[in-house]
Amino acid sequence: MGMAAAESRFHVLAVDDNIIDRKLIERLLKTSSYQVTTVDSGSKALEFLGLHEDDRSNSGSPSILTNNHHQELEVNLIITDYCMPGMTGYDLLKKIKESSSLRDIPVVIMSSENVPARISRCLEEGAEEFFLKPVRKSDLNRLRPHVMKAVSKDQKQEKHEEEEEEEKQEEKEIKSQKHQEQQQQQHQQQLSPRPSGNSKRKAMEENLSPDRTRPRYSDIAAVV
Amino acid sequence: MERNSQLHRQVALMRQSLFDQGYLDEQFVQLEELQDDANPNFVEEVVTLYYRDSARLIASIEQALDKSPLDFNKLDSYMHQFKGSSSSIGGRKVKAECAQFREYCRAGNGEG
Repeated sequence: MGMAAAESRFHVLAVDDNIIDRKLIERLLKTSSYQVTTVDSGSKALEFLGLHEDDRSNSGSPSILTNNHHQELEVNLIITDYCMPGMTGYDLLKKIKESSSLRDIPVVIMSSENVPARISRCLEEGAEEFFLKPVRKSDLNRLRPHVMKAVSKDQKQEKHEEEEEEEKQEEKEIKSQKHQEQQQQQHQQQLSPRPSGNSKRKAMEENLSPDRTRPRYSDIAAVV
Repeated sequence: MERNSQLHRQVALMRQSLFDQGYLDEQFVQLEELQDDANPNFVEEVVTLYYRDSARLIASIEQALDKSPLDFNKLDSYMHQFKGSSSSIGGRKVKAECAQFREYCRAGNGEG
């Protein structure tokens, strides 16, 4: 649950009060094979991110705004306009970085105005990139590394947890299988020593190692 | 078929002249490049949105201009939006006009 949606399709949340820019950024992102949700304000963005957090713990929450998909959606990147009425892109950035659950999501700021002080302030606050509008296709190439970095960090964490669990499971199974094996070995030796018996055992032992322990379980039963 | 290619040529010429006269800039080409078989009407959709949005903005601006004294902050804010949209679709001339307008706003120049 909560894994990056299958085929490496990343989900971007785009925030812009201007309808033209929203349409443009949506098209640009889709062209680069991202999944997109657009909202027109910082508060709606937080709402989406906040409600979305609940989605993960208890599925079946009402569909929100532009998002009609009823699946597990993780936001892998947030791209936001700077100049917006009410909550500016900078305010939104701050709120995201202040949230323990959201601060790992990479944030990119866009602006039509090239103000160096503004740019450095955003970067200092934790924005990954600052795009000048109008945004072009080539700019989107700069997004990939940030998304990949964040996702692989998540995946590593999850994988680590999964692997730990799998190892515990395997240990249990191996123990019980070894026990069964020993019993059967004794049984076989009593019957008749067969050369094939040895190779069978070898094969079984080999297969015990990595992850395919379950099929072998049924094989052992068949031998009897 | 003849008519078709003639029309195509005409459209191409018109399009080119818009660029030549400075109405459109490189950004418009970017829009065209975003259009493909899966999204064949992208440019039309964006431009339609733009006209609708601009009409709304212009109406607001006209209203604001009727007031006195002039609220330059409000006007500047409308213009910021208008300029942003125009820039995004490659409306070079309109963008320039907006920039000029904003200069006047900042200078408090109602006459301009």
